[in-house]
Amino acid sequence: MLTRNYYIFIKQSTNRKQKKLHTGTILMKQENLVEAENLTKKFGDLVAVDGVNFEIFKGESFGFLGPNGAGKTTIMKMIQSVSPLTGGKLTLAGMDVTEHGREIKSIVGVAPQEDNLDPDFTVFQNLIVYARYFDIPKEKAKRKAEELLKFVQLEEKRDVIITSLSGGMRRRLILARALVNEPQILILDEPTTGLDPQARHLIWNKIQNMQKQGVTVILTTHYMDEAAQLCDRIIIMDNGKIIEKGKPSELVKKHVGEEVLEVLYSEEARECLKQTFPDARIDVVGDKIQVFAHKPRGVLAKVLEEASFKGALIRDSNLEDVFLKLAGRSLRD
Amino acid sequence: MSDIVALLRVPKLSSRVWKVWMRNKDVFMKTYKTNFLPSLLEPVLYLLALGFGLGGFVQPINGEPYINFIAPALVAVSMMFSSFYECTFASFVRMYFQKTFDAIIATPVTIEEVITGEILWGATKSLINSSIVLGVIFAFGVVPSPLFLLIPPVSFLVGLLFSAIAMCFTAIVPNIDSFNYPSFLFITPMFLLSGTFFPLTSMPPFLQVAAQIFLPLTNAVAVTRSLALGNIQLSILLNLAWMLIVTPIFFVLSINLMKKRLIK
Repeated sequence: MLTRNYYIFIKQSTNRKQKKLHTGTILMKQENLVEAENLTKKFGDLVAVDGVNFEIFKGESFGFLGPNGAGKTTIMKMIQSVSPLTGGKLTLAGMDVTEHGREIKSIVGVAPQEDNLDPDFTVFQNLIVYARYFDIPKEKAKRKAEELLKFVQLEEKRDVIITSLSGGMRRRLILARALVNEPQILILDEPTTGLDPQARHLIWNKIQNMQKQGVTVILTTHYMDEAAQLCDRIIIMDNGKIIEKGKPSELVKKHVGEEVLEVLYSEEARECLKQTFPDARIDVVGDKIQVFAHKPRGVLAKVLEEASFKGALIRDSNLEDVFLKLAGRSLRD
Repeated sequence: MSDIVALLRVPKLSSRVWKVWMRNKDVFMKTYKTNFLPSLLEPVLYLLALGFGLGGFVQPINGEPYINFIAPALVAVSMMFSSFYECTFASFVRMYFQKTFDAIIATPVTIEEVITGEILWGATKSLINSSIVLGVIFAFGVVPSPLFLLIPPVSFLVGLLFSAIAMCFTAIVPNIDSFNYPSFLFITPMFLLSGTFFPLTSMPPFLQVAAQIFLPLTNAVAVTRSLALGNIQLSILLNLAWMLIVTPIFFVLSINLMKKRLIK
């Protein structure tokens, strides 16, 4: 078994090199695979998506971030041509989602947020039955299903009924199911919510794997580390609107600087920091003070040499800092 | 007005409806042994209790012994029960709890095709179950006419009718307990009053007319009985016509109601 896995790994990694050259040239052209123009969705009086514009390049990994209710899932459903548009225009590979639902669904693979595996079937049958909806011939479907079970490491659970799988296994199976039709576009709606770290890393690894094979990945998440890990570009949404877009690293640099200084809260410490960094944004979060000073690396460290603060810590700033700055800290439902 | 037009819009369908049908068939075949047993036992109990038991006290109806009178009605009743419950409780579980419909419409199969596949499966359940009941009453020797061989195709039509009606309920009920209403207010009265256990003619004339117009089972019972007993009258053409007209209306209605429920 081990040797077989190795063989597949090697095979995939050579594939990857070829594909990389391939996607490299495409990325230079930056061909748009998805284009949204003034995309709007209303549910009665509620405006879930409020006239957004974006484009997703072929071969990239693109993330939608935002608190609950920001409109991420609604956009995913419109992209996969399941939910009709209230206004605006949305095209996939040049096809309008309103007119070409069937064609679009055949080139898209979807891993929904909700677990909708078929509980009446085993792991293997879930893939076979799903493949049938795509008109995949039975023999090919069987081969594909075996291959995908290996890919998501569920071969041992092949003939087990769905209800006895763990949460992580179910997510892996949902991912495998999204791949039965060899999609050009993979849509992942919160692919790792509720998973343990091992399962998350495994899923991340598989998603990166797919992207290296040339699949365009579109995902939603509210885990910022996930977005930073997986996405070439992201959109941050709130209340149905786009509040920021760009590359994760650039957004971090732009909004919160490279480093953050964290100090245990006290009134004196705060006053002192305010004087030292008059231009910086200083947040109090729980029992900590966070200083976003936008200084080149090393400047913060020097300050710490001169003054001593309780619980002082310098860390790299991250996407979560950006997100909280832009979307605020108030709770959403 | 435009709402009503929208509810009667004729759906575009493809052969993909059979993929949904096959999904349900595959599940059914996994547990077919337990599926067959109730439909086998139930008619036996009815025939013993009502046919032999009660029938001893009942005078022949139109020259037929009571057991011969009710046996074909039991076949028609099984068509109604199997298809109605398939497209209410079973479909609701697939739609609401299992999210099976959501999973399927993410593929090139459309919601119209999903609902049609479900209704076709409901009709198939009617065919399967009523054929079992037919086999049982045949074994009891209470099916005098060879025309009974025409009952299975009729059972598919009756199944389509009840599946489509059931699917309309499934599209509008807020939760699974709400099916108690159509069960008690629609199915049970029909079970008793559609000329199943006594001839329609024993009821007051206006009720006879009402039963024929408003109770779909009346038509199913009339056709099934005349085929089983070999007593063909022109009126069964009316019964068949009623079903052929009403079925497509409920079919189209159920699909549009379902679209309204599921496509947001």
